[in-house]
Amino acid sequence: MQQILDALKQSVMIEDVRKQRDDLVFITVSEAQAVSAITHLRDRANFTHLVILTAVDWLEEGLFQLTYLLNNPAEKKDIGVRVMIDREKAQMESIHHLWPAAATYQRELREMFGISFPGSPRLNETFILDEGWDGPPPYRRDFDTLKYSEETYFPRPGRSTNDPAEYMKSMLYPEVDND
Amino acid sequence: MISLKPDRSKFPVAGDDGQLIIDRESGQFSELFLGPVHPGMTGNMSLEMLIQGDEIMKAKTHVGYLHRGFEKLMERRRFIQCFPICVRIAVPEPDFNEYLLAATIEELAGIEVPDAALWMRTLLLEMSRLQSYLAWIGGQGSSFGLGLIGQWTIWARDLVLDRFEEITGGRIYHMHMPPGGVRSLLPEGFRRRMTDTLDTIEQVMKDVDKALFQNSVYKTRSVGLGYIDPAMVDRWGVTGPNARGAGIARDVRKDYPYLKYPELDFEVAVGKDSDAYTRADVRRRDLLTTVDLIRQILERIPDSGEFMAKVPNVLHWKIPRGETYKRAECTRGEYGYYTVTDGSGYPRRINVRGPSYTHAVTLLEKMIVNVNLADAAGLMSSLHTYPPEIER
Repeated sequence: MQQILDALKQSVMIEDVRKQRDDLVFITVSEAQAVSAITHLRDRANFTHLVILTAVDWLEEGLFQLTYLLNNPAEKKDIGVRVMIDREKAQMESIHHLWPAAATYQRELREMFGISFPGSPRLNETFILDEGWDGPPPYRRDFDTLKYSEETYFPRPGRSTNDPAEYMKSMLYPEVDND
Repeated sequence: MISLKPDRSKFPVAGDDGQLIIDRESGQFSELFLGPVHPGMTGNMSLEMLIQGDEIMKAKTHVGYLHRGFEKLMERRRFIQCFPICVRIAVPEPDFNEYLLAATIEELAGIEVPDAALWMRTLLLEMSRLQSYLAWIGGQGSSFGLGLIGQWTIWARDLVLDRFEEITGGRIYHMHMPPGGVRSLLPEGFRRRMTDTLDTIEQVMKDVDKALFQNSVYKTRSVGLGYIDPAMVDRWGVTGPNARGAGIARDVRKDYPYLKYPELDFEVAVGKDSDAYTRADVRRRDLLTTVDLIRQILERIPDSGEFMAKVPNVLHWKIPRGETYKRAECTRGEYGYYTVTDGSGYPRRINVRGPSYTHAVTLLEKMIVNVNLADAAGLMSSLHTYPPEIER
């Protein structure tokens, strides 16, 4: 693993290396060098399998973390390439030319996190939220699911809520006067 | 004499940009939806197909009918509260969700799982694989018009669900592997009843072999259908039996040993023709391997001992900042959990890698071109797609 990282350092600035397991390392690279780092890993170091491409929202720091998890099937090793991008200008270079399946991941990230990948095929077609979603990208941390459901849905009239302990007592021991 | 080969001269040609030139005014084309509700499919997903005659020109996958936002919902729940949610991501085999979520949390929190719990988890995962394959054979049979096969295998699957009920109390969702171990060990007399079930399943599989795999209708329709080039496997993210059918021996159980798999003796089933029939055959052999694995596990699994590690109070459990990825081999391919924690009592992000994500969208849209309309459902079930793991 160290050899792979040393070879990668020849061409790309690695900002941070964190070893999680013997076969799993997370590295951080800059936004500008990310695609060349991924291309290097795919073509020179045999990391041919794109396992996941996902985003983590660090709302407090104003950053999105994109994680490209690459797998080397021959040597059975994984490298997670982490890229920090600005939350306000959420845009990243596309990698659909390296893996066709990446276009689907990027379509999902565009819809769920609002991260744009210019040039990626069918990027602006709806993917999961097919039935007319007009709210903010729902997987961002500042979208509050509880608040949304309280504002959008309302309890059906005629339903009542019981205190579980009191309710069970009256159901199990109806003969006892519970008042 | 009537020629059965389609007249290619009438088919649309590709333009300069590589896209087919489709003249919708010509009246030759029709648009048709397969799904979202279709008996040959587990879960709801639809294919918007453009057809000419009975041949599919192009297709688009539409998902989202089962989107419940599990990944988002888990972000505002404590780690233990994620358990009843995560299993719902994959109904055919929910145990992989429990195991992988538990495994990532254990790795991030530094918890050692006792030996007996590891055996128990291996047993549950293999039983889960067994019932999922049995349900799949039914789906594959019925999408090729052989509905009887499903009646046999769904019955056999129910026997496995009975055994699950004995151990865990639940038939579909078990929630038996919280972080730290398992909830219980084997009940009394389980070994005998499980062995009986395995014997029955082997008998059923002999019948299935005769009625499905040696059936000329099934063979004629599935041999040569849905070819995956071995060179496509990496580029298109193909894993599991779909990759093994193409002759690429990739199995997470062998390659990245987890739980007790290194101590068990098994071979990975590999095919070479890479069509729907080969993939079905790989799955059939994999099922028989699973039966053998369960027999091995039952011989070695301890009856007593520690099965739960000491975990902190789950209501106040905080896990330090970190991230990890764990994978396991489910019936459809590589299943993985990417968990990020930020030092609070809640996960920052949990991302699920469902194998259908790549199979059912990009790969299926490519493979379905020029397939006969009647084979579309069979092709979809031959990739073993399952929509909720796409939309999570």
